[in-house]
Amino acid sequence: MDALDVARWQFGVTTVYHFLFVPLTIGLSVLVAILQTLWHRTGDEKYLKLTKFYGKLFLINFAMGVVTGIVQEFQFGMNWSDYSRFVGDIFGAPLAIEALVAFFLESTFIGLWIFGWDRLPARLHLASIWAAAIGTNLSAYFILAANSFMQNPVGYRYNPDTGRAELTDFVAVLTNKVALITFPHTIAGAFLVAGSLLVAVALWHLIRNRDSADTPAYRFAARFGSWVTLVAATVVVITGDIQGKIMTQVQPMKMAAAEGLYSTESPASFSVLTIGSLDGSRELFAIKIPYLLSYLGTGDPNGTVQGINDLQALYSAQYGAGSYTPIIPVTYWSFRLMIGFGLAAAAIALLVLWSQRKGRTPTSRWLLRAGLVMPILPLLANSFGWIFTEMGRQPWIVFGEMLTRDGVSRSVSLTEVLTSFTAFTLIYAVLAVIEVKLLIRYAKAGVPDVTPTPEPDDTDDAERPLAFAY
Amino acid sequence: MELTTIWFLLVAVLFTGYFILEGFDFGVGMLLPVLGRDDKERRVMINTIGPVWDGNEVWLITAGGAMFAAFPEWYATLFSGFYLPLLLILLALIARGVAFEYRHKRPEATWKRRWDNAIFVGSLVPAILWGVAFANILRGVPLDAEHEYVGGLLNLLNPYALLGGATTAALFATHGAVFVALKTVGDIRARAAALAVRLGVAAAVLAVAFLSWTLTIRSSTAAVVLAVGAALALLGGLAAATVRREGWAFTGTAAAIGLAVATLFAALFPNVLPSTLDPAGTLTATNAASTPYTLTIMTWVAVFFTPIVLAYQGWTYWVFRKRIGVAHIPQH
Repeated sequence: MDALDVARWQFGVTTVYHFLFVPLTIGLSVLVAILQTLWHRTGDEKYLKLTKFYGKLFLINFAMGVVTGIVQEFQFGMNWSDYSRFVGDIFGAPLAIEALVAFFLESTFIGLWIFGWDRLPARLHLASIWAAAIGTNLSAYFILAANSFMQNPVGYRYNPDTGRAELTDFVAVLTNKVALITFPHTIAGAFLVAGSLLVAVALWHLIRNRDSADTPAYRFAARFGSWVTLVAATVVVITGDIQGKIMTQVQPMKMAAAEGLYSTESPASFSVLTIGSLDGSRELFAIKIPYLLSYLGTGDPNGTVQGINDLQALYSAQYGAGSYTPIIPVTYWSFRLMIGFGLAAAAIALLVLWSQRKGRTPTSRWLLRAGLVMPILPLLANSFGWIFTEMGRQPWIVFGEMLTRDGVSRSVSLTEVLTSFTAFTLIYAVLAVIEVKLLIRYAKAGVPDVTPTPEPDDTDDAERPLAFAY
Repeated sequence: MELTTIWFLLVAVLFTGYFILEGFDFGVGMLLPVLGRDDKERRVMINTIGPVWDGNEVWLITAGGAMFAAFPEWYATLFSGFYLPLLLILLALIARGVAFEYRHKRPEATWKRRWDNAIFVGSLVPAILWGVAFANILRGVPLDAEHEYVGGLLNLLNPYALLGGATTAALFATHGAVFVALKTVGDIRARAAALAVRLGVAAAVLAVAFLSWTLTIRSSTAAVVLAVGAALALLGGLAAATVRREGWAFTGTAAAIGLAVATLFAALFPNVLPSTLDPAGTLTATNAASTPYTLTIMTWVAVFFTPIVLAYQGWTYWVFRKRIGVAHIPQH
């Protein structure tokens, strides 16, 4: 074990952890904004109740996303300083723009929304949650553009005098074809999580207490969440398909690694199950669907998909001796788990809609159990998607330009990075327990009673309690 | 003006803004066990910064991002070199950020006390360590010819840097007390005002000592002027606090912090991280910078978006301008 390994583990753990909160922040901010808009338009109290109810869950989650996000920005400089030196001219800009354009918007307007119920006119208060939601979704674009540069570097040249990659075309970086397709894929993945959470919580209340006065609110939330989940799943599948074709062009090794495809094939079959040798060079056993991989990768059932061994030989000739193959079992399984968990969530959403057909109220205990695991499925799908795309890029930190092992901080000792990895893991573990307990507590509490919020009035008695206080 | 100079100024402005804004919310957190005698009073204090602390913290994220984009060498060397202090700052910011949001989510006294501790420690630690970090930036650190930090942890804990840490902690605590006096009504307002004066005297002594020491390490005309300005602003703020002119007192402490940070940057320029070993290791606004192309793009982005951000963030302070007291705190 050396500092490089620990730095990689820390990046993996802190990033996957951060991204447990991000999808819910991205998706739920918009869904809460929609609920509040419905209340604003119709005046129907059930929408206000749902806004406040899911708004609370949103905020419990939001806090974790914010504080774990700061670690991400600092971590590049702390553990990956040679990477930061190499790409700073390109990679720093989207990060800075993300903060200036998106994070300020998000954080400021979230504050206005949380505390503004009795301080802002209703329209402005509604606009605040929309501004926060827009900020959140915008931030995803800039960080994904930065990540896409690592997958498919564009708009730069390598300067041998400075020994770094230098920006030549910022528009090319922002319109990187990997970024353009990864953004809708990631956003749809986020809505898959948010829709599922809506369903899970609403279903729990629906089945537990069928004759509650709030049943109409929960019925709406369960159906709304199911539709969001289904639409999101459709977008995830379509964008994922396009992503696969782009990946085959720009990172053929990642596609081959996703499939455990050792030799170049035309046509190539999609592997339902492949077991390879542990060193990742040979296939031992496989069940396959003919033509499917060729279609997924190239759009043509007879198209050629390059294999791991051929690409390894090609890269060795191009970049010098060394292994250019990711860890195949990790890429192979994370790819399948991503797809499987995502589809499972969509399937449950269909069941929930079916259970409510023609005004019925769902009663099945099995459906309840399925509903309770529902939000966990797309969360896992998101995590495995990131594990796949980042592990599939290895051994590169910037594909074709810099190896991960060359990006690590030279001045940081093993003791330091171990200290940091241990500290983050411990504090993250403690906070995860606290967060999940709070989410469950507030999810169980159900929709709140809503008393009409008085409109802001500068002349009213200064002694009136705040509508919301920490 | 050269692009690298513009970006040096912008990074300086972002950190100055960060310390002025998060300075008072660190102060409020540090004073939580001192000024907040019971749960309601502590809630009053937390709610004075409730709507704004997150937006204040984004100044840091933006400053870090701007440093990364405009001066990648500076960002890389500084963040990897000041590893353990930054780790502690991150852990502190995590704990206090979550604490603000979670503290009121359960009624138990133990629960609240633990989060109160998180807010206190999570505010105190960065308030000290930012001073330690910036003092070390100014003093210079051991950098080899490839700009790698070779000093180890103990090198960062020198007397000058520790004085810097004590100074920022005292300044932020004073700033926080003034802010509480400005934003509350009732008993807590009077106690905060009285505490602000006492803390302010300590902060003034520390700040004068620290800035004088700073100017003996490196100096420029601008730095001297700014340092004198910082001292005068702090004294003015203190005088205003003594006669209970809270708005002016806050203006004074805000200006003092801003001018003190500006002093450090003015003394530092054109260096961004001096080396105490090999002069070739010294990072400057020129040799640490990104390409002119990147800096040009970033300048346009900053010119366009910074006024918008300032406008809506300023508006937030206007929306939440009313003072609050224990009577405003709802039951749950």
